[in-house]
Amino acid sequence: MTQDVDIDSELHEILKSVPDPEIPVLSIIDLGVVRSAKILPNKEVKVEITPTYSGCPAMDVIGDDIKTELTKHGYTPQVKLILSPAWTTDWMTEEGKKALKDYGIAPPMDATSDKDALLGNKRVIPCPQCESKNTRLVSQFGSTACKAMFKCEDCEETFDYFKCLI
Amino acid sequence: MTNENLIQYIYGIADNSLILGQRISELCGHGPTLETDIAMTNMALDLLGQTRSYYQYVAELSSKDITEDDVAFLRTEREYKNVLLVEQPNTDFAYIIVRQYFFDVFHFMLLKELENSKNVNFQAIAKKSLKEVSYHKRFSGDWLKRLGDGTEESKQKAQKAVDDLWVYTDELFHMTDHDKKVAEAGYGVDVTIFKTAYYETITALLKEATLNIPDVKYFQKGGKNGIHTEHMGFILSDMQYMQRTYPDMKW
Repeated sequence: MTQDVDIDSELHEILKSVPDPEIPVLSIIDLGVVRSAKILPNKEVKVEITPTYSGCPAMDVIGDDIKTELTKHGYTPQVKLILSPAWTTDWMTEEGKKALKDYGIAPPMDATSDKDALLGNKRVIPCPQCESKNTRLVSQFGSTACKAMFKCEDCEETFDYFKCLI
Repeated sequence: MTNENLIQYIYGIADNSLILGQRISELCGHGPTLETDIAMTNMALDLLGQTRSYYQYVAELSSKDITEDDVAFLRTEREYKNVLLVEQPNTDFAYIIVRQYFFDVFHFMLLKELENSKNVNFQAIAKKSLKEVSYHKRFSGDWLKRLGDGTEESKQKAQKAVDDLWVYTDELFHMTDHDKKVAEAGYGVDVTIFKTAYYETITALLKEATLNIPDVKYFQKGGKNGIHTEHMGFILSDMQYMQRTYPDMKW
């Protein structure tokens, strides 16, 4: 779950309206990349974001989108990129995971409750289209840095899996 | 430990990621299959992203008014401190995978140590990068097993790549004077401590891939002191062309 985030409630709604540029069904709040957002005197706002992956090209766009949205609401925003603590898929909200699945991307498995991983078994990623568990990994890397590619052996669709990063 | 020691230490780490990132980005649109093409360019992106974090820190430490772009694009060949391994050409897919695996295992072990650095910047970059590099290592290791234990031809090519690139592995464990000073201060890593573990790991995988371990007595070195192979100039001319032709250009 989204831990240790410090976002002023007035800013929460505004930031929630900023989508991830690569996965537009997901807001940057649901993705868990906004770590803090504070209103300072004179309507200045300081936002701290963390990258999902070091080279994620979406970070610059996310920074610009945050500035645009906050400026529209009369704030003077400042966006800072922080690396620590490193982003994990555990920070993605349940709402975000559901939005991903409805969009056709298998959400990251909940690392803490994944017993298969503990027993050293292979993870089973259910197909987001037909729920079948008869799926296989095609490639560790997918269309963006945060995704891997899977194929469902039942409905024969290939699908993206949002890689679990813990 | 001076700022200059620290900057040179960072070059020793970050230049590996930059040059290898540049090398594998050459595969964009040229990978043997779509999946490997996408995988390699993903890895290039990770490496370049990590490089940016290190170079931004160099820009902060530097007494001159410079940015990460100056660090990446405006140094001369002698000023790059990457190991010779990462600048070796993309001869064929076996070379690409062997070079990647030899580097990934080292990179992973280095970051595991750097995670415990006394320097908060190094801690943060290492923690972030480790998550990415564990994927790289799995990818290159899986492919190396597949090539070695694959067809006659893939086995022969993988063995050739292992034999040719093995001579560049020892240099990964050389410590420059800067490295030693920064390690002594608790900021950097003494890489010699995991040299045995490194060779054990790659030897085990090569055995699993049914490949022979080369018997090499003389190893290549020089990159860590800025003395590179003939391939480095070509990489830099490719990489620096735009900045040199149109100084201070911006996107």
